[in-house]
This record gives sequence, C-alpha cells and structure tokens, in this order.
Amino acid sequence: MSEVKEREPLFSQKNLKLLTQPIDSKNPITVLVLGICSALAVTVKLKPAIVMALSVTIVTAFSNLIISLIRKTIPNRIRIIVQLVVIAALVILVDQLLKAYVYDVSKQLSVFVGLIITNCIIMGRLEAFALGNKPWPSFLDGIGNGLGYGLILVIVAFFRELFGSGTLLGYRIFPLEWYIKNGGFYENNGMMILPPMALISLGIIIWIQRTRNRQLIEK
Amino acid sequence: MNLLKKLKSMDRNGNAYTFMYASVMVIIVAMLLALASTALKPAQNKNIDTEKKIEILRSIGMADGVEKASNRHKYVADNFNRYITNQLVVNYKGDTISGAQAFIIDMKVELAKPIEQRNLPIYVATLDDGSIKYIIPLRGRGLWGPIWGYLALNNDLNTIYGATFAHQGETPGLGAEISTIEFQKQFKGKTIFEGDSILTFTSVKVVKGGAIPNDPHGVDAISGGTITSKGLESMLFDCLSAYQQYFEKLKN
Repeated sequence: MSEVKEREPLFSQKNLKLLTQPIDSKNPITVLVLGICSALAVTVKLKPAIVMALSVTIVTAFSNLIISLIRKTIPNRIRIIVQLVVIAALVILVDQLLKAYVYDVSKQLSVFVGLIITNCIIMGRLEAFALGNKPWPSFLDGIGNGLGYGLILVIVAFFRELFGSGTLLGYRIFPLEWYIKNGGFYENNGMMILPPMALISLGIIIWIQRTRNRQLIEK
Repeated sequence: MNLLKKLKSMDRNGNAYTFMYASVMVIIVAMLLALASTALKPAQNKNIDTEKKIEILRSIGMADGVEKASNRHKYVADNFNRYITNQLVVNYKGDTISGAQAFIIDMKVELAKPIEQRNLPIYVATLDDGSIKYIIPLRGRGLWGPIWGYLALNNDLNTIYGATFAHQGETPGLGAEISTIEFQKQFKGKTIFEGDSILTFTSVKVVKGGAIPNDPHGVDAISGGTITSKGLESMLFDCLSAYQQYFEKLKN
C-alpha cells in the first residue's frame, strides 16, 4: 500500500452534478416519470407539498446513505426486501419523532408519511445508484433527487392552490370581492383541485422542459 | 474473530447467508423501532393530551393564543383549568354517572356500544363574562379515516356557540377543509332543535351546493369533499342525539 490514493474533494465537479442533474435534465418526475402518484395526491395545497418534498428528501438521502454503507453485504436475492425494510424503518422513525417533537407538522402530514414508503423515487435511487456507489455520492444523489421531486411538486401545487382556491400557503391572493358570489367576475376553477388537473399541469411542465432542452426528446 | 472470518467466507448468494442476513436485519430494525417508540411515548402522549385540550378550548374560542404561547403545554393547561369548570359523564337517560372521568373517555369505544350503555362525556365551560357553555365531543367517519370535533352549545342547549373539527387523513384541499376556521365558523348561531314550544331534534345539515342564506340548521358543504361533509353531518346527528334526554333534564 505504498501508493497514496488521491482523495476526491467533497464537492467535486462530479459530486455537484449529482446534486444538480436531478433538478433538471434527470428530474425524477418529469424525465424518469417516477413518483407521479404522490405528485397528484399532495399538490392541492402548497404547504403539504413543501412538507412532503422535505420529508422525501430526508428519507431518500438517508436510505441512500444506509444502503450504500451496507451495499457489499446485501445478498442479491433479497436486496429489494432489504431496501424496503430500511425505507420503512426510516419513515416510521421520522413519523415517531415528528409526533413527539413537532406534533403540528405531524398532524399536517398524517397519511403522507406512510405514502413516502411507496414513493418509487426512493426505491429507484437505491437500485440505480446506492447499490453501486460510495456513501457520500449516494447521499448527495438522494438529496438531489429529493429536491428535483420537490421542485416539481411545489410548481404544480403553486398553480393548483392559486387557481383552485385563490390562496397561497393559506393566504388569500385573489380578494374575496372578485368572486361572482360577492358581485365580482371571478370563480375558482374547481377542476384545479381534482387529480386530473395535476396530471395536465405535469404534462405542461414536461412540455416546457422539453422545448427548452431538446436532448430529452426521445427519437 | 473466527466467526467473522467464517461469515466473510460464506457464499453471499447461498441460502444460509440470506436467511441469516434477513433475520439479523429484522431483529436489529425491530429493536430500534421498539426502542424509539418506548422512548418517545411519554412526549407523544403529552402532545395528544394537550391537543385534546386545545380542541376543547377552541370550540369556545379560547385557544387563539396557543400559536404564540412560548410554553404550549402550560398555556393550554392554564386555560383549560380556568375555563372548563366542570367535566361530567352522563348516560343516554340523562343521569350523571358518578366517579367517571370525562377526559379519559375514548369516544371510539363508546360509539361502538349500544346507546343504552354509552358513557357520554360533557364539559361545562364558564367564560369570562359568566356565561355557561356546554361542550359535547363528537366522533364519526370521514372518507379515509375518523373525524372528530367538539361542539359548544349556549345555555339554551339549542344555539351553537362554536364548533371545531379535526380529522386523521382526509384529502388536503378537499375533505380536510373541515378543520379550517372558515368552515367551522359557519356553525356559530345555528340551532339544533326546531319549533317553539315542542322541540324536535334536527341537528345541523351540511348542504351540497350551499345552504340557503339564514337557514338555521344548514351550513355549506365542501366542494369536492362530499363524503367527508356527509360523514360530518351524520357525526353531528349521532353524537348530539344521544344527549337529548340530558338536555331535557337540564332545561327543566
């Protein structure tokens, strides 16, 4: 062992790419089409979308880290089960901690915490990245993908809450006097709060992204 | 060390290794979660108690300062002791059951019993101006899980003074709107009985498409949250109707 291995800096070009790529060109929702179900379910209002994005980021990052740490010991035939156990344990732990220390947030999240377990992004990143990479890059990859997922969630939720309820984060944006029932000219778009509109919004986002970045278009 | 070496040399795709790995992993994870659950239980229970007190106080509009309070638990306990002057348990005939504690009664258990056997908790609040309010706990089913709440009645046991509703997992933006102040303040001033001399129990209806203005027994339902709205309506009917005989006795 005379040869000194050169240490890679923590935020090398390659590692930074792991953080930034999932936000645009390798976005888990719009490019890889993972995690669509929760993107439809939790984007009616902005606040749950933000909390969901944060929770998913934390769980993806730490499950990536843990799986990457034990990747060499995992028997190949039960690797999916091992990944599931790690994800489920993390999610339950997060849920318990929230209930004990930030009860308000935990009430807001309610069923979504359970939904995190079924989020295909987490499993997808474990299979595609953490099983074959070192802990630190895996951790960054988890954060990057969580943020990429969160960004789309927040964009969709922004438009759905604004046009569906006329509010943002619960604060009124369109004044009540504008509404037809108060003698104005405006009416909330009821379609916006139903799941189909989330799918349409997602479609529009994908469309815009692909006009900007032509490399994403499949032949 | 021998054991470790043996482990390392094991075939990692063999059955023995796979079984061992799975068992050890499950035991470690189970222990970790059990530990976390036990360690966090007291803090969680305290939160649940405080939350219940907040909901009770909210129905009489006395929990507004809770978001700003530096010590949430203390603020709630102080207000609770100050305003809730009596807690009692009655049966469906309206007789007080002595020795029962209202606060620890689980409405889920009570509602599963036939009405004759139910213990019905009731909280009596005295506000700063000396007026008496009767707070009745509610519990029912929403779309995805339980919904619950507290309804405060004025001294006439007919007019609603305030209401608060909560839910476990209703759809955000749709059914979950029952826990917003906008929805809850519709209930203030509605009456649960109809008629002047002979009172008939009507409860409060949640009307799809909007209640007629000034309807004394109707509030607007939530668009997109029909099943939660209907669940709330039957929760009000079921829970309030059990107290009818008690109300009769109180009035006379």
